[in-house]
Amino acid sequence: MSVVVIGGGQAGGRAIEALRGNGYAAPITLIGAERHLPYERPPLSKEMLLDPSSTKIDWVRPDEWYAANSVDCRLGVSASRIDRAGKRVVLSDGGTLGYDDLILATGAAPRTLAIPGGDHPACLAIRTLEDAERLRPFLAPGRKIAVVGAGFIGLECAAAARSHGAEVVVLERAPRVLARGVTPRISSLYADLHRAKGVDLRVGVELVRIDGPANAPVLHLADGSTVAADVVVVGIGVIPQDGLARDAGLAVEGGIVVDAYGRSSDPSIWAAGDVTRHFNPLLGQHIRLESWQNAQNQAIAVAKNIAGLETVYAEVPWFWSDQYGINMQITGLTQDGAEDVVRGDLDGFSGLLFQMAGGRLIAAVGLNAVRDLRVAKQIIQLGGAVRAEELADPAVKLADVAKRLKG
Amino acid sequence: MADLIALCDTDAVSEDAALRVEHDGQDYAVYLYEGQYYVTADLCTHGPGYMSEGFIEGCEVECPFHQGKFNFITGAPTSPPCTEALKVWKVTVQSDKVWIDPSSGTVA
Ligand SMILES: Cc1cc2nc3c(=O)[nH]c(=O)nc-3n(C[C@H](O)[C@H](O)[C@H](O)COP(=O)(O)OP(=O)(O)OC[C@H]3O[C@@H](n4cnc5c(N)ncnc54)[C@H](O)[C@@H]3O)c2cc1C
Ligand code: FES
Repeated sequence: MSVVVIGGGQAGGRAIEALRGNGYAAPITLIGAERHLPYERPPLSKEMLLDPSSTKIDWVRPDEWYAANSVDCRLGVSASRIDRAGKRVVLSDGGTLGYDDLILATGAAPRTLAIPGGDHPACLAIRTLEDAERLRPFLAPGRKIAVVGAGFIGLECAAAARSHGAEVVVLERAPRVLARGVTPRISSLYADLHRAKGVDLRVGVELVRIDGPANAPVLHLADGSTVAADVVVVGIGVIPQDGLARDAGLAVEGGIVVDAYGRSSDPSIWAAGDVTRHFNPLLGQHIRLESWQNAQNQAIAVAKNIAGLETVYAEVPWFWSDQYGINMQITGLTQDGAEDVVRGDLDGFSGLLFQMAGGRLIAAVGLNAVRDLRVAKQIIQLGGAVRAEELADPAVKLADVAKRLKG
Repeated sequence: MADLIALCDTDAVSEDAALRVEHDGQDYAVYLYEGQYYVTADLCTHGPGYMSEGFIEGCEVECPFHQGKFNFITGAPTSPPCTEALKVWKVTVQSDKVWIDPSSGTVA
């Protein structure tokens, strides 16, 4: 028996931890393209930028752990091909490695700008420790940062940069910020927040070209205007790294297709994390997530299945973002035509926005409302009938609603 | 005889949520479970989450920050990313108050 894990990110690291934690004693090899052991990425656009002098890194496990648990870590090496018939992986250094079970945890990579100058040397995405390190020197008064894309990572970088007094311009093609993640009401709250903090936020604009010297990029917009900056943070989404799987003939549809156990169309090959399009039994559909919870817990489920403990991965999606000291959490999956219900003081960044459909709670966004949001997640999971009035009424404890649904 | 301090009134604690109490620079979380009171450190061993803002299910508390879990009776971590136990204190209930000896905290 042996397991090979391709991809040393959060999912790869958690899978290995859970294999050993659940009694898997056979050889484990980790193939990681980055030079680092697995670490968590959320701080890259938060703590690491808010405190540029901090040297703290959130390792999944400290390096002694891998030696103590006999995990063979091959870092700075990537897998270039999977030979399914021979059950081996071909590595970038020419070596090969046999497996009984293979875990693909290759994650996602930042999308690059498909415009002239999209590869300008001042452009940088935030995905790795090195990326965050590169942005740090620009977090100071007098520096000017252009952020392309008003998604979570872009806005977190903008918030951190403002906290250090840097000038920030955010350019977004969609008519609103966070368009992929939240409803229009939350988008407009966050747009107002960033403007109030001094961000020059422009939505509905089209970036067409970047030129200028390496340390003084000039961004050209479709309306003829230009933005001069010192550095360009590109946060326009990520692409699942499913090429290895596709080349090997596995089912791939914008992510490696896996079932609720994390198994791909080849029973010896599993996948976890950002790279998967997985079946979620609670939602009754295949979804692809880019979230910390999914990277951790899907990986744990895969590890348990390999260790012989049959485990279905069935969780209500959950995500968070920290901006200007405000904690936003999102749970569930919204759908068109859902009804908005507000609890608390949303405009004062202390409340929740629920989304209901068919008399049930399907999604919630909490602003500085961690406990209520967690109960909302439970209510979504329980899935029974709830009334808008009770969710909106601060005198009704959400825990009591959950208790009723549990019966 | 240990030096006991009163953290709170017994009826200030509910089953749904731990109560946060600050005393002498230490933040405590006080829990009620099946009629018994328990006390742990409020701050998560993994990061900035507070147990008093966490989610309770049975004798487990889930941190609101990354949803790691602890058994609040023993302090032991029960779900990743938490790996280090929370400090726990032995509780005495007297005169409708929850008491602990601050110097008696232990880590599993
Ligand atoms: C800046 C930032 C902030 C975030 N903030 C939040 C947040 O607040 N909340 C939240 O829920 N989520 C957040 N996320 C998302 C979360 O971090 C990701 O969902 C998670 O990291 C996914 O883990 P993964 O292991 O699937 O993929 P990754 O972390 O992308 O790891 C994949 C690894 O595989 C390696 N790899 C790829 N191909 C190969 C190959 N062929 N051979 C060997 N190695 C390979 C890559 O180099 C990489 O190291 C954030 C992400 C980023 C980048
Ligand atoms: S801070 Fe508590 S789980 Fe991370």
